[in-house]
Amino acid sequence: MHMADALVNPVVAGTMYAASAAVAGVSVHKVRLEDNQKKIPLMGVMGAFVFAAQMINFTIPGTGSSGHLCGGMMLSALLGPWAGFLTMIGVLLIQCLFFADGGLLALGCNIWNMAFYGCFVGALVIWRLIMKNGAARWKIILASVLGCVLTLQMGAFSVTIETMLSGITELPFKTFVAAMQPIHLAIGLVEGLITAAVLLFVYEARPELLWGIGTPKKEAKLSLGWTLGILGGLALLIGGGLSLAASSLPDGLEWAIGRITGSEELEAAEAGIYAAADKVQSATSFLPDYAFKGSESAAGTTVSGIVGSLIVVALLVGAALLFRFFRNKKKETVAKN
Amino acid sequence: MSKIGQAISEIQSLETISKEDRRVNRIHPLSKLILTVFYIAVTVSFHKYDLPGLIGMAVYPAAVFMIADLSFREALRRLRVVLPLVMVMGILNPFFDRKIVLMVGALPVSGGVLSMLTLMIKAVLTVLAGYLFIATTPIEEICRALRIIHIPKTFVVVVLLIYRYITVLLSEARRITQAYQLRAPGQKGVHYKVWGSLVGQMLLRSMDRANDIYDSMQLRGFDGDLRTGEKKALTPLDFLWPLLWGAVIVLLRIFPVVELLGGLFV
Repeated sequence: MHMADALVNPVVAGTMYAASAAVAGVSVHKVRLEDNQKKIPLMGVMGAFVFAAQMINFTIPGTGSSGHLCGGMMLSALLGPWAGFLTMIGVLLIQCLFFADGGLLALGCNIWNMAFYGCFVGALVIWRLIMKNGAARWKIILASVLGCVLTLQMGAFSVTIETMLSGITELPFKTFVAAMQPIHLAIGLVEGLITAAVLLFVYEARPELLWGIGTPKKEAKLSLGWTLGILGGLALLIGGGLSLAASSLPDGLEWAIGRITGSEELEAAEAGIYAAADKVQSATSFLPDYAFKGSESAAGTTVSGIVGSLIVVALLVGAALLFRFFRNKKKETVAKN
Repeated sequence: MSKIGQAISEIQSLETISKEDRRVNRIHPLSKLILTVFYIAVTVSFHKYDLPGLIGMAVYPAAVFMIADLSFREALRRLRVVLPLVMVMGILNPFFDRKIVLMVGALPVSGGVLSMLTLMIKAVLTVLAGYLFIATTPIEEICRALRIIHIPKTFVVVVLLIYRYITVLLSEARRITQAYQLRAPGQKGVHYKVWGSLVGQMLLRSMDRANDIYDSMQLRGFDGDLRTGEKKALTPLDFLWPLLWGAVIVLLRIFPVVELLGGLFV
């Protein structure tokens, strides 16, 4: 995917140089902040390693062709994206100077198309996100393949844009994209698998060498405090926030009653058990029809939502505590016997 | 020769040529770097139909090849990487741009054919210019030029180290692939079952090697900087070389020198 000097015009080349130089500046700063002098020789040797490893042909099963290793993703998974990016620039510079693979003017474009996407989209975003809660074999395969496919697609698309903006080809944009993207999809898949194979080997042999591997998440249950907090928060959100948007339309039962009787509420009986129960409810209910007494305002609806939710939470927590209390008691009795 | 062996020999050959005692090799690396980038930028800025203008730009590489007495064949070999890619980009131009823009006698030439030709010429000229730079400037000198224009030390040291260890690791890769081929004759590449272990072993060895290198560097007093090219006193040629060539390049870009020259005989 190396672009040659002849494929870019000076404006596009200059713009891409500026963009790549800005990212390189930040990367140098980040590497300096790490203050790890041991990393410099490691970057040099790893750059040379990627260069040499890319010369090895890997047979693609079922086809007569071969693939190569994906440099940006590989370096970043070992050195981190910032150091990986700087190392990739070094590799690209040497490739362009000694092997005419790329060009001095197109170097900015090549850095962006290959190193930037590989190191920052592939490693800083995809690899890190997938490895956040610790590494596993399937995660390494997923991150490598997804990272390589995505970054190669982005790189290929950038090549298309840069070439079109440079006015090099007469190919219509759609035709160019249709030619570039599928080829690089296949290449990305193969490169991803090769990179995954190597990283899996490192994971099995020396997992401490891999970058961005988080600690595995504990399988512990939520503590009571957290449970109450979350339930309370949810209750406030649902009761307080969403009750404002509560439908003024009748609910299913009210609607059914309305269809039968012509009214949404049953007519109260003048006497008997129903009348007695209605009197008790009216006396104890401090938020009749879910609002302050005599209030039809939205605030009334909100407050009733919050209070109602808290009551429900309290009842649930109370029930849970009671349940736990009785269960423990039962266990103690069984243990004593 | 295998692909890896060829790469090793190319690096070694370029290193030898660049360290030869020629007048062009002695010119300040920054002068040559600026001149090369300027030449490439001007060359690619020519209009896609401006064939005579681009032919005029061949003056610089042709003259420097003669002055420096460099092998043109070696330089042309480098085109094998760039030309196929450029051809793919340009080969369809004649089908999409059929407008006749030039008549060579009675032969009409379409814009697409012309733009394809200019693209090829641009590729050849830019690759030749790149070769002239690397064949007359050792990597240590290039790194010195980079330090002069304030490219961070961290990056320059990494470039030097990559360069230094490329031949070492290429040799290792060659040994590994040779050993593999001897044990798996008839296979085109490395079988997928050993993708990880073959390269992974090499990777782990390289990382251990990096640790040894760090220890050695520490013992020799590594302070975060490596020696780049030696500082030398500036000579008039360091200024004259880029200025003169710069002027020639600007002239060739602004005036239709080739057409004017042709007009003298028509």
